[in-house]
Amino acid sequence: MLDVHDIRKSFDGFQAVGGVSFTVPRGSISAIIGPNGAGKTTLFNLITGHLTPDAGRVVFKERDVTGIAPHDLCRLGMGRSFQRTNIFPRLTVHQNVQAAFLSHRGRGWNLFTPVEGLYREETDALLQSVGLLDKAGEVSGFLSHGNQKQLELGIALALEPEILLLDEPTAGMSAAETRESIRLIERIAADRGLTLLFTEHDMEVVFSIAHRITVLHQGRVIADGAPADVRLDPEVRRVYLGESH
Amino acid sequence: MRPSRVPWALLVLVAAFFVPAVGSRFYTFLANDVVIWALFATSLNLLVGYTGLVSFGHAAYFGIGAYTTGILMKRLGVTFLVAFPAAGLVAAIFALFFGFFCVRLTRIYFAMLTLAFAQIVWAICFKWNEVTGGEQGMPEIPYPDFGLLERLAPLLPPLGGYRTSEYFYFLTLVLVALCFWALRRIVASPFGRMLTTIRENPERAEFIGVNVRRYELAAFVLAGSFAGLAGGLFGIFNRGVFPDFAYWTKSSEVLIMTLLGGMGAFYGPAVGALVLLWLNQQIISVTEYWPLILGGILVILLFAFPGGLAGALEALRTRLVRRPRSA
Amino acid sequence: MPDPSFVFAQSLSGLTAAMFLFLIASGLSLIFGVLRVLNFAHGTFYMLGAYSAFQLVQWIGTGPGTFWVAALGAAVAVAALGGLVERFLFRHLYGKDELYQLLFTYALVLILSDVAKILWGTQQKSVSRPPGLNGAFSLFGATIPYYNLFILLLGPFIALAFWFALQRTRVGRFIRAAALDRETLGALGVNVSGLYTGVFVLASFLGGLGGALVTPVRTIVPGMDTEIIVEAFIVVVIGGLGSFWGTFLGSLIYGQVLSFGILFFPRFSIFSVFALMAAVLIIRPWGLLGRPLK
Repeated sequence: MLDVHDIRKSFDGFQAVGGVSFTVPRGSISAIIGPNGAGKTTLFNLITGHLTPDAGRVVFKERDVTGIAPHDLCRLGMGRSFQRTNIFPRLTVHQNVQAAFLSHRGRGWNLFTPVEGLYREETDALLQSVGLLDKAGEVSGFLSHGNQKQLELGIALALEPEILLLDEPTAGMSAAETRESIRLIERIAADRGLTLLFTEHDMEVVFSIAHRITVLHQGRVIADGAPADVRLDPEVRRVYLGESH
Repeated sequence: MRPSRVPWALLVLVAAFFVPAVGSRFYTFLANDVVIWALFATSLNLLVGYTGLVSFGHAAYFGIGAYTTGILMKRLGVTFLVAFPAAGLVAAIFALFFGFFCVRLTRIYFAMLTLAFAQIVWAICFKWNEVTGGEQGMPEIPYPDFGLLERLAPLLPPLGGYRTSEYFYFLTLVLVALCFWALRRIVASPFGRMLTTIRENPERAEFIGVNVRRYELAAFVLAGSFAGLAGGLFGIFNRGVFPDFAYWTKSSEVLIMTLLGGMGAFYGPAVGALVLLWLNQQIISVTEYWPLILGGILVILLFAFPGGLAGALEALRTRLVRRPRSA
Repeated sequence: MPDPSFVFAQSLSGLTAAMFLFLIASGLSLIFGVLRVLNFAHGTFYMLGAYSAFQLVQWIGTGPGTFWVAALGAAVAVAALGGLVERFLFRHLYGKDELYQLLFTYALVLILSDVAKILWGTQQKSVSRPPGLNGAFSLFGATIPYYNLFILLLGPFIALAFWFALQRTRVGRFIRAAALDRETLGALGVNVSGLYTGVFVLASFLGGLGGALVTPVRTIVPGMDTEIIVEAFIVVVIGGLGSFWGTFLGSLIYGQVLSFGILFFPRFSIFSVFALMAAVLIIRPWGLLGRPLK
């Protein structure tokens, strides 16, 4: 479903991503791991159009989408969450998700209909599925970190994506929150037939749910395959020696 | 936006119609000034408060609108019925052109470019003597023809017996009220909601499918056209159109009004216009050092009441009424 | 075809104006580079420098060297004012929205320019040239006042002194570091807030000095602050916000465009500088010598 071909990106002479290629099959759960600074977020930014690659291609659903604007990519069916929680802080939880529906269903250029009450059912249903219905009226900026991450997931889902890119979805969470969060993500992915691609630091998470793992180190792929194989890969072990997990 | 059970805006509008009857000519003059600036400030708020784009050159469109109406009515004898919408249209066209370049930039660069374009407009108005009257401007813009109203007066007694300036005041009230109604619909619409997502988090807005640049340009054009309409009215009200309508200090005056009233509330800037203009009148009758007082007020606002009067009012309300309110 | 000596004279007058503008604009650029705020009040500091110099001359009298004492004194006074404003007022706005910081500097313009009106009235004031630099000389058929020559030499001298200080001294390195990454600098134990105050003081000193030095050449009137700040904005935009040599280059370009513009296209000269500013922002927003902001 998503193919990345030989993507490269340098900043001021520093090569952040150098010739990365991998494939994400439809319906799978794939993970990209690597130590800090390996280029995971940069890679995501290259895929989602926030950065333009110096070389290489990104192919999504058999379409070359290299460097196209994020808002267009979003309409093609790619959803994304961000490492630092990215929500609309002064809007309520309900309004956050509603905004995604408004945009996705093409009502964004309507200048005259009052927005209150539009897509109420869809928004409530979605909030229910991510477990935030009881907080619908709260201002999202005041939510706990974990709740904000849930909201972010909700916003991404409102766009009816076919693939969801999650950038460190459990960052900053306690062990309990992490387990719950992963369970939620897994369930939703299964319910909706979503393809997932996520980056993570937490090895337990990765090895528990990923079907495929790609390991990055200093901007290059050093291993790519099923979790069992990656776990035993000597290069991977060398890179992670000393990592506290 | 918290829906209030009392239609304050409507009450204020109705009350405004009685100003010439109960107040002196001076108060009608002041009210007319306030109403026009309220529209100007609210148009700016569409950019600043709702979309998060701080423009230092909004007065350009105010000036363009004023000159459009002035030139059409004074030099070409065009009727107000055409000259007024033309002000909005011409301002919109300029806003489209200028805005196209401005929205490509962010933050400080955006602000600087809006300033540069406004100064260009000012410079053109200042120097193009043949068309704009140059430094002297265009004094004596004619009032719209109120002949029809005067002829209808015997049939509808309330319509008769007013001075031209008072007829113009009523006309201003009606037109500005219509503009406010339109702006209110716009900010409460899905389009308005998309603008707030841009203000809150442009990166996220992109990733819910919002073409940020296109929406920002649309907001820019809408804001510019309503500012143009305000300018068109102001040129007539002011009995003359002058280059300083587009000068950057005018942009800062309207920005301060918006801040004073509160950028977070729809009627905030209108309240800001009322308070500022009223204060201005009171102060200059006592001392010539109005800028000093204004500067002081601004400092107090920035340090103590960043939400402006509307923000302070809201804080007061939530403190008095302890019930949690839903959005 | 205009007379070459006339062209030369125009060019020189453009250069002189550029050097004055550079003094002021460099302070503006410094504040923007480190504090990331456009200080509207910088023009008002310039004006206060001019008024203070005038006042000091009134008090000290006109003996030998009084002009220089007055100029320096005025610059120091304005620098002190800048320091107080930063330390007690501006500092509290650092965490807040940039808009608030900008509007605060505008509030300063309103307050300080009225204070100047209260203290010195609205009538034009002027200061005579220092006796040592009276008179003029002739070069290529153009008459050049000695004072203008002094300014023409002072400008580059200050530019070089500044550049040297920024590159070679410890403080200079801190300033450059703060412009790039203030958080890391703070984490390294550098007194960043003291640095900010210092930068503000230095910039205000330059602005005040510019105002003081301009007094023999231009009359001191209310409104000179809003006039110069717009010019300074144009200069730093053209040269590059936060770039030091960019400001120097921008001043040179601005000076020439304006003086020749007035000469050949008098009606377009004001328009042309703003058009230049807009063009730079459209084509290369970070200016000729600037770097794109983060």
